[in-house]
Amino acid sequence: MSVQTGATADAALTIFEKGQRGRRAFQAPAVDVPERPLDELIPRRLRRSEPARLPEVTEPELVRHYVRLSRRNFDLDSGFYPLGSCTMKHNPRLHERVAALPGHARLHPLTDPARAQGALELMWGLERALAELAGLPHVSLQPSAGSHGELTGVLLTRAYHADRGERRGKVLTPDTAHGTNPATVTMAGYEVVKLGTDARGGVDLDDLRAKADSDVACLMLTNPNTLGLFDANIEEIARIVHGVGGVLYYDGANLNAVMGISRPGDMGFDIVHFNLHKSFTQPHGGGGPGSGPIAVSEAIEPYLPRPVLVRRGGAQGNGSKVEFDLDYDRPRSIGRVRGFQGNYGCFVRSYAYICSLGAAGLRDVSETAVLNANYLLARLRALGVCELLPPAYERLCMHEFVLSGAPMKQQLGIRTLDLAKRLLDHGYHPPTVYFPLLVEEALLIEPTETETKETLDEFAAAIAEILREAREDPELARTAPHTTPVRRLDEAAAAKHPVLRQAL
Amino acid sequence: MPEASYPDDLLYHPDHDWARVEGDVATFGITWYAQDSLGDVVFFEPPAVGTQVTRDEPYTEVESVKAVSDVIAPLSGEVIEANVALGDAPEAINEDPYGAGWMVKVRLSDPGQASTLLAADAYVALLA
Amino acid sequence: MTRYTPVTDSDREAMLAAIGVASLAELFGEIPESVRLGRPLELPASLGEAEVYEHLRALASRNSSTEESLCFLGAGMYDNYVPAVVDMLMGRSEFLTPYTPYQPEISQGGLQVMFEYQTAICELTGMDVSNASVYEGPSALAAAGYLAKLTNGRPRFVVSRGVHPHARETLRTLSVGYGTSVEEVELRDGATDPRAWAAAIGDDVSAVFLAQPNFLGAVEDLAPLIAAAREHGALVVCSADPIALGIVEAPGRLGVDVCVGEGQTLGNRLDFGGPSFGFFAAREEHLRRMPGRIAGETRDVDGRRGFVLTLQTREQHIRREKATSNICTAQALNALAGVVYLSWLGREGFVELAELLARRTAYARERLCSLDGVSALHEQPVVREFALSLGLADVDSVRRVIARCAGERVEPGYALGRDYPEHPDALLVALSERRSREDIDRLVDVLGRALAAERAAAAAGGAAA
Repeated sequence: MSVQTGATADAALTIFEKGQRGRRAFQAPAVDVPERPLDELIPRRLRRSEPARLPEVTEPELVRHYVRLSRRNFDLDSGFYPLGSCTMKHNPRLHERVAALPGHARLHPLTDPARAQGALELMWGLERALAELAGLPHVSLQPSAGSHGELTGVLLTRAYHADRGERRGKVLTPDTAHGTNPATVTMAGYEVVKLGTDARGGVDLDDLRAKADSDVACLMLTNPNTLGLFDANIEEIARIVHGVGGVLYYDGANLNAVMGISRPGDMGFDIVHFNLHKSFTQPHGGGGPGSGPIAVSEAIEPYLPRPVLVRRGGAQGNGSKVEFDLDYDRPRSIGRVRGFQGNYGCFVRSYAYICSLGAAGLRDVSETAVLNANYLLARLRALGVCELLPPAYERLCMHEFVLSGAPMKQQLGIRTLDLAKRLLDHGYHPPTVYFPLLVEEALLIEPTETETKETLDEFAAAIAEILREAREDPELARTAPHTTPVRRLDEAAAAKHPVLRQAL
Repeated sequence: MPEASYPDDLLYHPDHDWARVEGDVATFGITWYAQDSLGDVVFFEPPAVGTQVTRDEPYTEVESVKAVSDVIAPLSGEVIEANVALGDAPEAINEDPYGAGWMVKVRLSDPGQASTLLAADAYVALLA
Repeated sequence: MTRYTPVTDSDREAMLAAIGVASLAELFGEIPESVRLGRPLELPASLGEAEVYEHLRALASRNSSTEESLCFLGAGMYDNYVPAVVDMLMGRSEFLTPYTPYQPEISQGGLQVMFEYQTAICELTGMDVSNASVYEGPSALAAAGYLAKLTNGRPRFVVSRGVHPHARETLRTLSVGYGTSVEEVELRDGATDPRAWAAAIGDDVSAVFLAQPNFLGAVEDLAPLIAAAREHGALVVCSADPIALGIVEAPGRLGVDVCVGEGQTLGNRLDFGGPSFGFFAAREEHLRRMPGRIAGETRDVDGRRGFVLTLQTREQHIRREKATSNICTAQALNALAGVVYLSWLGREGFVELAELLARRTAYARERLCSLDGVSALHEQPVVREFALSLGLADVDSVRRVIARCAGERVEPGYALGRDYPEHPDALLVALSERRSREDIDRLVDVLGRALAAERAAAAAGGAAA
């Protein structure tokens, strides 16, 4: 994001407020077929009565408008983005090049599988890699995003129990869970039951034992959890849940900490979802697209969404050709959760990433992610930051850690929000704020493995600087940011009197 | 309302709601603590007249910039009047939670229930 | 160290010392031995960028793309022309790499794009409010079902078989969680059967679902169908083809409650089915139950106009179990392509495109129906897609015909028989602006010969042909 110049300081005019009647960027092809009157083709009463008031601009205006808009955005290519729980790692540019190859990009989803073998083989390769990372044998690439994968997982759980003639009504989630978990559970027709967190930051086992009964369909967990801590009791947790016939679901949002080191399937999970836009470098795009494939155990496999990708032939060296196909004949499937096969453009990028890194590279990713997080925490301690922003739990973290801004609020009179806004003036995207809800004035920091030690040192120094400055003049942080294209915005007014479109 | 305030002439429910009881009719609202925790209230839709409300159960929601919260009925009864002015000016809940920020008037089904509520100093003690 | 992870050996040494541990292994000390993998991942070794490129290129070469084959496939996704400005803007770091705009001061670009996109969708659909996009078409329809359930809690959905088969199936899958039942209503002459429709709707119906044009390409007369739903207080959900809205009446003007649809055809690539975006627009009264992100206008402390994510309390991350949906990721980048595309087409271009498609489609339907044994599956008005009956025995014959055409580098369309068993020999043919009259004439030629060959083979007594 560039420093305030004319380009960024201009008033926020929308594309609808620019242009003139009659301007256009599109030149329609000449009409090369008989110009029959439209009334003959579509009766007037079914036709559009009022035109859509779309912009009227030429290409130069269009380009200038959106390029200037882009410069009012901070982005990962430009700066450090330690948003906890989002895994903002570098997006390799090779991926854009391969995703744009016409054989991948200009392929219609209903092309007969015989003419899409490259695509199906790529999907197969991705499925096998995800199965290996999960430690679970069967994969569906269909869900569109992490929360969509979660919903799919809970619906699979429902089908699994129904098939056994059981009606269960509850899903357990820890009180540290990401907001998508309880929302997902409700959409799938279950009641949410919260589990407490113990003093070490893991699931409270006594609470789990008390609440785990035959009405529990599923426990949804992530490990490491949203506090960045690995729950070493995971096997006991699995025993308790399986003991009452429940299903164990793994939210893969924190997979970046354990790839090649520990696998959710080996921890006892039955269903895992992945966020390709987190650990597997699908660019975040300002809020999507993403992709949320799932991996499941043998027991859950019959219920997978359809179609299922199958591989035929090539077995036992009998010379038969290997062929991939989409199998719709799945009598116990829960059905589709979306159109076509899923976000193939995301599969291409993630597959390229896995090919690039290979087995050793993926493990290195997790080792470095955990190293970077622990180092950043150590730097913050060394600079005295943790006296005002102590870690919520005094133990080694994994790929992310949570600090509490409560002492800072009390002693300096500035809140986590103010610290975050002041970080904007220093050219950083702030960490995640006020999540997890369990920690007061939470600041959740995830550096990822693609950052250099120098960047981590600079970031820690910036936080220390902000605290130093706040001791003398807390107003600077309270009224921050000062150097961004706009300053603090009135969110209450936006919600009270919503203006959600340009008036025309 | 910038400073915490808990009028003595009101009764309080532990889920941060107040009741002003006058005979068999009571007025309900949320306390200073509740509006402070919520932050700027942006939307409030009161329940319809005639709705039955039950003590300890939610009877409507209040929405702020950062959260949506259930509003709990301190006593049981039937809604006889609702503060529709809050539709256009929900901020009254923040600015004057005990006055212009009142939410509903209820004909009590069991006025004796009022004895289960807390006096101002007992409620304030809870908050500590 | 890999080319994406910059920590060197000497960095690592310094970092471990600062942390106060002797080795990297100590950082993973919490993980019990019994759940450790304990062996390398069974994945191939790493590859350099050039090798990865070659591998992906080899895979691409085994796909028959619309660069090689003349594509008449549709069914929700179309081989439209993607303007160069869309590629350029989607590739910009500032749009490609940031996260959802939780810090609005440094996300005005993305937030304003959402605001502009929402405006464009309201204009197209004639609805009061739009969100900033959902995943894609079928899940948008299912999300509309959830909105209806939250609104009236009734137990039944009624869906026309004119709605996309994937959308109908997705609605069924999610309805298991909602606790609603789904009933389908037949088509008659290619459009929703009005009598069967009215008969299916009662006071227990939460929402009804229609498509415009429908899956068989027909422009339906929606007014009476909507009236039948209104009589019983059911919500009306209409899924629309956004390009067809250049010529077909906006669903908002007909009084639908929610208008959704698949946005791929607006400036997005095919990408073998995704990512794209779904649009979701509704009447004002449904605003607080709408799923997904919404951008709203406001002012900053200095009075500058700006944009923020608003009504976030509806969404998963604050309301949690009372949320209107569980959507976290939207499709921001694809929605950017959509609004740029609509701005590129412009007010007049949007109409011209639809009119051109309607005329070419009429021409294509007429010419194809002149082939021996081929007839229109229905005579309803169409915009850019239509269904033919090929006069063959079954869906396998249709697939063989398609394969013959593919051998001549033409994809003639989609075999409808699996989705519509009542039309085993049907073919769905779609046009985009990339299909000229010459292309259509070539389709007629190639399909004509493929059909003749299939009929000849069948006549020669080859059930195994």
